[in-house]
Amino acid sequence: MESAIEVLDLVTYYGERKILKGISFSIPTGMTTVIVGGSGCGKTTTLKHLIGLLRPASGSIHIHGKDIATMDDTSLDEYRKKMGVLFQGAALLNSMTLAENVALPLREHTRLKGSVIDIIVRMKLDLVGLSGFGDFYPAQLSGGMKKRAGIARAMAMDPVILYFDEPSAGLDPVTAAGLDELILRLHQVFKMTVVVVTHELPSIFKIADYVIMLDKGEVAFVGTLDEFKKSDKTIVRTFLERRPEEESYSPDNYFKIITGA
Amino acid sequence: MPQIVENVLGAAGRKTLSLTKDLHKVAVLINEVFYWTIVSPLRGKPPRVRAAISEMVKTGYDSVLVVVVIAFFVGAILALQSAYQLKKFGAMLYVANLVGVAITRELGPIITAIIIAGRSGSAFAAEIGSMRAQEEVDALLSMGIHPVRFLVVPKLIALMLMQPALTTFFDVVGIFGGFALAVTLLDVNSASYINQTINALQVNDLVTGLVKAWAFSVVITITGAYQGFQVNAGAEEVGRRTTASVVTSIFMVIAFDLFFTALFYYFT
Repeated sequence: MESAIEVLDLVTYYGERKILKGISFSIPTGMTTVIVGGSGCGKTTTLKHLIGLLRPASGSIHIHGKDIATMDDTSLDEYRKKMGVLFQGAALLNSMTLAENVALPLREHTRLKGSVIDIIVRMKLDLVGLSGFGDFYPAQLSGGMKKRAGIARAMAMDPVILYFDEPSAGLDPVTAAGLDELILRLHQVFKMTVVVVTHELPSIFKIADYVIMLDKGEVAFVGTLDEFKKSDKTIVRTFLERRPEEESYSPDNYFKIITGA
Repeated sequence: MPQIVENVLGAAGRKTLSLTKDLHKVAVLINEVFYWTIVSPLRGKPPRVRAAISEMVKTGYDSVLVVVVIAFFVGAILALQSAYQLKKFGAMLYVANLVGVAITRELGPIITAIIIAGRSGSAFAAEIGSMRAQEEVDALLSMGIHPVRFLVVPKLIALMLMQPALTTFFDVVGIFGGFALAVTLLDVNSASYINQTINALQVNDLVTGLVKAWAFSVVITITGAYQGFQVNAGAEEVGRRTTASVVTSIFMVIAFDLFFTALFYYFT
């Protein structure tokens, strides 16, 4: 299995707090890898490192053989042109129409004629089921439509790696299922490497080929979806069976904390 | 060491560290603004001209009315206040000198800067801050688009052109406000007032005022952008940073004004 991304001993801090405690994993080329874990386990922080928004305190992130952790800004921008990202809230530029949003990377990074860009934009919007919505502003769209438009923008430069940060967050189950279907279809058609950060079990079961599970800033599981489902690790079972974690405070300790006794 | 001394030294240390951090962030932003405005176009990456024109409309054209009205009032007020003293010496005609010089050298640039800081500087901070809070700035970075080039440079170019233009408007209308008041309420002869103004004003007065206006535009843009980029999350922080941008801009504008006034006093 060839690796598109190799993360080695990644350590990062927010202030004094250690968020990622030396995690290592590989993401296979051409597969849909899902990074899962409970809230606050470090999965979004990991994604921010993979897309070059954060620099690690130590460790390396090799993407197609190049370490983006030590890259200069110019090389990092070159890498970013070959990837697409769908942010949690879609992060469309609210002052621009959908068509302008999708056209943005093309206008900034290519010398294509305006008419060619218009055709590409229409194709990308059609790809995500938003034909005819090019003149709409993000504020005029539903949450699901914004995410689809976000995917169209992420696909604008024909990326080799596509990242999704919690694609189902804030969506109803039907819209979320539709989005999963779209991710699956895009992956099947374009055969690119897809990395999805999520904690939604139905999404994981539907789209994942490969699963990386994080827990408290450490890698708890790495393997295929089948291995993940069959794993007997406590942390994996707790996650899959949606069992609540034990309370970290006993009633007595909690009483002491709130009374300051 | 007594507890109180430890507390005071601790607080001073923390404040110094935080100030050093802020200064470093401002220096990085100034460096990036300088790079994307001057160096990057030389390397074949021109600024976003259309966005700059759109910003010119928002910061310049849309501010004309408020600047003009305030300028007229300020000119009239200045004429009245100077007449209050000058009439004691029978030197009412010198109202024209005072209004002309005070407006072109000082009040024009500084009041326009305060209006722009409140109107456009705050809008810069709010816009960039909301974009930070909604991950739009991260989205730009992830597309390989530098947010300083995309967001700050068009605003800077627009304000660098519009601030001197608005200041010129202020100067003309302010002098007209003083003229209108002097010829109506103070019974000054209109031809004498105009002659007196022309004789009193030198090119230097106009140029120093416009140089100040240009410097203020840079200060207001950098301050608004800096405060906007400091937003991490939430509407409350956007509001706080917007207020901070106005207060800091006005403070910085007055500090720079003192610097430039001293400079021009000794070197012109």
